[in-house]
Amino acid sequence: MISSQAYGDNGKMKDYHYSGPVEHKFSPYAFNGGTVLAVAGEDFALVASDTRLSEGYSIHSRDSPKCYKLTDTTVIGCSGFHGDCLTLTKIIEARLKMYKHSNNKGMTSGAIAAMLSTILYGRRFFPYYVYNIIGGLDEEGRGAVYSFDPVGSYQRDSYKAGGSASAMLQPLLDNQIGFKNMENVEQLPLSQDKAVQLVKDVFISAAERDVYTGDALKICIITKEGIREEVVPLRKD
Amino acid sequence: MALQDVCDFLETLDDSSPCTYLPNEMGYMWKTPFEFDRDSPFHFLFPPQQNSRKSKAPTLLSSTFSRLSPHQQPFQLSHGTTTLGFIFQDGVIAAADTRASCKGLICCPISQKIMPIHSHLVVNTSGSGADCMLWERILTREMRLYQLRHRRRLSVNGAAKLLSMMLHPFKGTNVCVGATLCGWDGEEAQIRPETLQSSVEMADVKEAMKQDTTAISDESALGSEKMASKNEQEDILKDTHATVLDQNTKNALSTFGGRSGPRVCYVCSDGLQLRGELISVGSGSPYAYAVLDDGWKWGMTVDEAVRLAREAVFRATHWDAYSGNNVDLFHITAHGCRRRDREDLKEEYYREREREKEKIRERAKERQKTVG
Repeated sequence: MISSQAYGDNGKMKDYHYSGPVEHKFSPYAFNGGTVLAVAGEDFALVASDTRLSEGYSIHSRDSPKCYKLTDTTVIGCSGFHGDCLTLTKIIEARLKMYKHSNNKGMTSGAIAAMLSTILYGRRFFPYYVYNIIGGLDEEGRGAVYSFDPVGSYQRDSYKAGGSASAMLQPLLDNQIGFKNMENVEQLPLSQDKAVQLVKDVFISAAERDVYTGDALKICIITKEGIREEVVPLRKD
Repeated sequence: MALQDVCDFLETLDDSSPCTYLPNEMGYMWKTPFEFDRDSPFHFLFPPQQNSRKSKAPTLLSSTFSRLSPHQQPFQLSHGTTTLGFIFQDGVIAAADTRASCKGLICCPISQKIMPIHSHLVVNTSGSGADCMLWERILTREMRLYQLRHRRRLSVNGAAKLLSMMLHPFKGTNVCVGATLCGWDGEEAQIRPETLQSSVEMADVKEAMKQDTTAISDESALGSEKMASKNEQEDILKDTHATVLDQNTKNALSTFGGRSGPRVCYVCSDGLQLRGELISVGSGSPYAYAVLDDGWKWGMTVDEAVRLAREAVFRATHWDAYSGNNVDLFHITAHGCRRRDREDLKEEYYREREREKEKIRERAKERQKTVG
């Protein structure tokens, strides 16, 4: 994505013009790409991610999904730096077990979200470079989506896209699920089949325009019966 | 080691060292880092220092982390906002927009920047979203502990001092918090054992508030103004039991002066603390100040105050790119805080355009009359 950081002070693109000697320090972060999306319905939640793991110009893997199952009612999607994603999910799983052993019950989606916020903020000065989205069912059985920033600020939404193609997908979701900026339209609640179809269409569009998104799409559908997975192929180029 | 001395390389921080909070005078609240404080929910991890420094002399400021240069972060945190708070004869108004932006992208168009701490205190947050959210949680926790230990609520000034002291060790790092504490101080907040009596009196207060709200909505000139009691307020009140007013204290509070009454305080992560009548923070604050300075007077009615705050946020969102979407408004009085329904400002722009068109039509008619 072209951002203002790509252009130097003289208006020329930094990558293609000599702008003076640059000192390269070791950076502990890398960007591994990937897009994650979550949608909350009346009695279901969807968490979807692509399965491409890339770095710079190379693809490390075409089969590295970014959704991780935490409990029977909660799935987390993590995109950004893959090393931090793996460590963060290990830490969350360990904390879930600790909670289960001390409190004799599983963590609810809201509790997991609050806990993740404190875990992320504990690393305020050396953050986990991960964009998290938690999708699951709340205590009343309604769908819940919690979206995070890398340092732990979070809130509950009905839909959210995160990762490399998030800026392309979020406006589309605002329009189709949130009915924003549409007039004279009947605002029906989203059914599960329509939501799954919408997510598939949206990822196909993202794969068209974002180089870091593609290969395959994995959707986790969370209902009170459990978690069901669907895999859909995407562009591999 | 010899090489370390030659290079003036400073010893690295322990990777798992908890944050060095406050000096020992505050020992009853915070423990020193090496007594593992299991009560504290936060143990901040600091990365080992990469740069060597010329001077190794420890200074008084070594309890802050300004010497640490953080790794270059590949992402931006959310900033940019308009929040305001002011006091007047009938309480405090706190208002804010709802846009959270990250350097050009709007991360969240419906964030909540005004967070209630307890029944009589609300904090307007601006700066980095995560910092504000988490520090507000820490502040709420500390205030609740204070209330339980000392059987009275901490005043707004006290809360400001507490927050400022908690943020001080982080001065120089990129923690960015600009919090405006808006609340009502009252000496009546004693926790009473007669909870039954308190719930009965609370019902009376709620009745009075409901009558207030209908009166206001009748008077309002603008379309959809509604004042609704916050649902959470009841839970907060039940928890604290501390908002009961008997007749004597109600009379005392109605005369402003001394240690009770409306208050507004600003605390910044740089260490700045301000007290005043009118405070606005954020990228849209110059525009908000312009509107507020024009219309504020101590003797305003609630309706005028609400309208003023709303107008100030509306104008700021119009001129400032980083503010927008909706406006949230809270009104705090001696009885507690009330929240106005969140209003989408997009509609207001269309209404304003209609009003302008009306005016132009009126003027055209006037001109025709004088000519003809």
